Amino acid sequence: MKKLSNPAIIIVSAALVLTSLVAFHSSASNAAPVPTPEIVMLTGAGATFPYPIYSKWFSDYNKIHSDIQINYQSIGSGAGIRQLLSGTVDFGASDAPMNDEQLGQAKTKILHFPTVLGAVVPTYNITGFSQELKFSSGLLADIYLGKITKWNDPEIMKYNEGVNLPAQDIVVVHRSDGSGTSYVWTDFLSKVSPEWAGKVGKNTSVNWPVGLGGKGNEGVAGLVKQTPGAIGYVELIYAVQNKLPYGRVRNAAGVFVRASLDSVTAAGAGVAASMPEDFRVSITNAPGETAYPICSFTYLLIPTKIEDANKKQIIKNFLLWMLNDGQKDAEPLTYAPLPKQVVTKELKQILQIE
Amino acid sequence: MANNPGPTGRAAPNRRAPALIQGLRSGDTFAHLVTLLCAASVLLLTVALVYELYINSTTAQHKFGLGFLTGRTWDPVSGEFGALPFVYGTLVTSALALLVAVPLGVGAAIFLSELAPPRISNALTFVIELLAAVPSVIYGLLGIFITAPFLRQYGEPFLKRTLGFLPLFQGPMYGVGMLTAGFVLAIMVVPFVISLSREVLMAVPVEQREGALGLGATKWESTWQVVVPYARLGILASIFLALARALGETMAVTMVIGNDPKISSSLFAPGYSIAAVIANEFAEATADLHLQALIELGLVLFALTIVINGLARIVIISTTQKGSSQ
Amino acid sequence: MQWRNSRRKFVNYFMFSLTGLCALVAVGFLFFILGYLVWNGGSSLSWAFLTHLPTPVGEPGGGMANAIVGSGKLLLLASAFGIPIGFLGGVYLAEFGGRSFPFVVRYTADLLNGVPSILIGIFAYAIVVLPMKHFSALAGGLALGVMMIPIAVRSTEEALRTVPLMLREGALALGASKWKTIATVVVPAARKGIVTGIILDIARVAGETAPLLFTALNNQFWSPGWNQPIASLPVMVYTYAISPYDDWHRQAWAGGLVLLTLVLVANIVVRLSVSGRSAR
Repeated sequence: MKKLSNPAIIIVSAALVLTSLVAFHSSASNAAPVPTPEIVMLTGAGATFPYPIYSKWFSDYNKIHSDIQINYQSIGSGAGIRQLLSGTVDFGASDAPMNDEQLGQAKTKILHFPTVLGAVVPTYNITGFSQELKFSSGLLADIYLGKITKWNDPEIMKYNEGVNLPAQDIVVVHRSDGSGTSYVWTDFLSKVSPEWAGKVGKNTSVNWPVGLGGKGNEGVAGLVKQTPGAIGYVELIYAVQNKLPYGRVRNAAGVFVRASLDSVTAAGAGVAASMPEDFRVSITNAPGETAYPICSFTYLLIPTKIEDANKKQIIKNFLLWMLNDGQKDAEPLTYAPLPKQVVTKELKQILQIE
Repeated sequence: MANNPGPTGRAAPNRRAPALIQGLRSGDTFAHLVTLLCAASVLLLTVALVYELYINSTTAQHKFGLGFLTGRTWDPVSGEFGALPFVYGTLVTSALALLVAVPLGVGAAIFLSELAPPRISNALTFVIELLAAVPSVIYGLLGIFITAPFLRQYGEPFLKRTLGFLPLFQGPMYGVGMLTAGFVLAIMVVPFVISLSREVLMAVPVEQREGALGLGATKWESTWQVVVPYARLGILASIFLALARALGETMAVTMVIGNDPKISSSLFAPGYSIAAVIANEFAEATADLHLQALIELGLVLFALTIVINGLARIVIISTTQKGSSQ
Repeated sequence: MQWRNSRRKFVNYFMFSLTGLCALVAVGFLFFILGYLVWNGGSSLSWAFLTHLPTPVGEPGGGMANAIVGSGKLLLLASAFGIPIGFLGGVYLAEFGGRSFPFVVRYTADLLNGVPSILIGIFAYAIVVLPMKHFSALAGGLALGVMMIPIAVRSTEEALRTVPLMLREGALALGASKWKTIATVVVPAARKGIVTGIILDIARVAGETAPLLFTALNNQFWSPGWNQPIASLPVMVYTYAISPYDDWHRQAWAGGLVLLTLVLVANIVVRLSVSGRSAR
């Protein structure tokens, strides 16, 4: 036994030493395959809504500029705003524009930079049924209020004639974290359902009447995928990438519209000309026959005063790149690129970053 | 300590007396001081922790007062925060975990200490104690992909069929929910119950067993009516240990509890625990009151932990005073 | 009488079988966990997984190299902070302490040990992340280090207590000072128990996720130095597990397997090396 102890201790200690050597090596040389100049690291955090395209952008940008690493963590719009206000990240991201109270808490002025347009879709997992359902807006509100509890409820059948829905319990799924996607969803529900507006309201974090909570768009999609009978709201790409069916929603003009590049663009088009200076706008329930009613811009939240000159320049360069080159990544990932007028206005706004 | 004169009070033979003794003494004093500070750091850290929790939740404390503990609503929009749903979820899942883990654990401990041959007992205990080393996120991983679907498809319908007259087992079955969380927690705390119970059972003097057997008891009767009662304080301590672990468990719980701050009578329903809501909402609470309410929840959890620890101590002390075991 | 005896015999047999079943179930849990992870994670474990960085959502070929190294760095920092303090604190309790102060320290150490790790995370966020205005490996390492201290204190104390009084008294009788006795006689005598305790401490803290969530955050890239957010195995496994992407799920299993293997190997090696000593 005594003989066993020494080799054992040696092995474990060696493992620890080895790990520490690797750690120091990686920290000393950044472990990049190529010896590089000083790598600048930025940290941003926030919305999960645009995470698929942001992760692509920041990865591509790093391929172009190997000395710039922008580390984006999708922790939810609420967290993005909070951490930006606390100064623990270099920039934030949110689908919900910051409200006046939050802007008031900031030490410097915060600029909203819309990046893409996206759609929030009702996605579901009904056993034995994967076709497209039609939802009236009131229907969605009632489901999320807990008033409609089974998939074969007559209210649902009313808009979906001839469709065979099982008598399965509806499992409502919402966000457990502070979410811009939640903000868009509840903003829409508040507009179309006075009961929802009075009882629950619109915010990144609300007191959900019923349902399970998932963390991030990812968590909601994950829960819906794994729970028979579930319905959840996610950004379009999450439903598409995970092959989850999603339904049509009736818009303000009374048409049942499917979320798509065209319908999202139509929702954004109307507001492009009248975009407010600070870009804070809600485009849910947008007018127009072809407009999808649950859409939103998603924003990068950039402080106007950035102390590190290097970081400031990188952010400005990135924004330029994003507004010009980055926009072509939107469509393949089912986001809608920004309307041209909005891009022009944003290019002007970049100058405000000192 | 510092003025410990040493066993003989005399200097060692080949040392010159006064100067060196001074040096030795101050080396001792220095060592005493350094180690004392390190030991005190434990106190310092705990005090700092409580202080930070307290000072960062004062606004919430003033606003809600004691009603915080009985408030049922958690509404960031209207700024109304109540701790009851989380306390409920924490306690229910922990109680469930104990309900499963204690019989299972004590039973296994009895087997390992009384029946199994020593080598097998040691080997099996070794394996079981490894369970305690499994990280919580892995329990969560298995919970999401195995336990929850299993319970949704087989476990919960079975309970509904057999015990469905109880409100505990009614309602829709999601898979994730308090039952799953309690079950996952049970697996996580069972090694603690087994390990500690087995130790105290094995520490029961052989005379106790032999005495019972000598009076004609079967081995089981000796075990159940003599050995186990003799060791009951240690077993109770293991239960408290398991409870404390279950109360504070975060990751595995938040991955399977459903994250819904509601109080339901059904175990199938989703719930929320204090640790889980802090993990989910802490990074993002933009309104100050929201953040403070979360930290106040942390304070409540901390208080719960202290109470459980305190109860464990009382159990041990009071039973020691009765003089029935050590 | 005969009937009662047979009944008692039956109860004897039945109850012990039941307890045997309990033990089997408990043991079975571990093998099930291990087996499932090996089955699911083993297939996704590849050289690419171990050496590549994460890729954007939907792109295949990503790995957790930075998370593995990140965990190593965090543990290194945690150990550098937690072990010396914990060790010396344990020395105090075993060698110097009196009556009431050590009692308080012991009680508080057990208390701190039982504090939910998420609260330690809040604590580290408040005193490191906010003032530094940065999520960082430093904050994460400190949070883990704080968790290591109470365990190290208690395990060191217990290891030292097993050293017979005679050894100490012998050294003192030969004229050694107290600290010299401790340093050259007592601690070496207890070294196996102390090292065991330390390795178990590290293994315990290696799997912690909650305290890292708002201290070390996470990182898509390598994290040089100590000032940047850093990826870690547990956080990556968590993030991927709750996502909807199958590729990420596979990686979560693989990451879980790596994590579990490291933790279990440390535990097994250490416990086997001590098994000759104590009569467990």
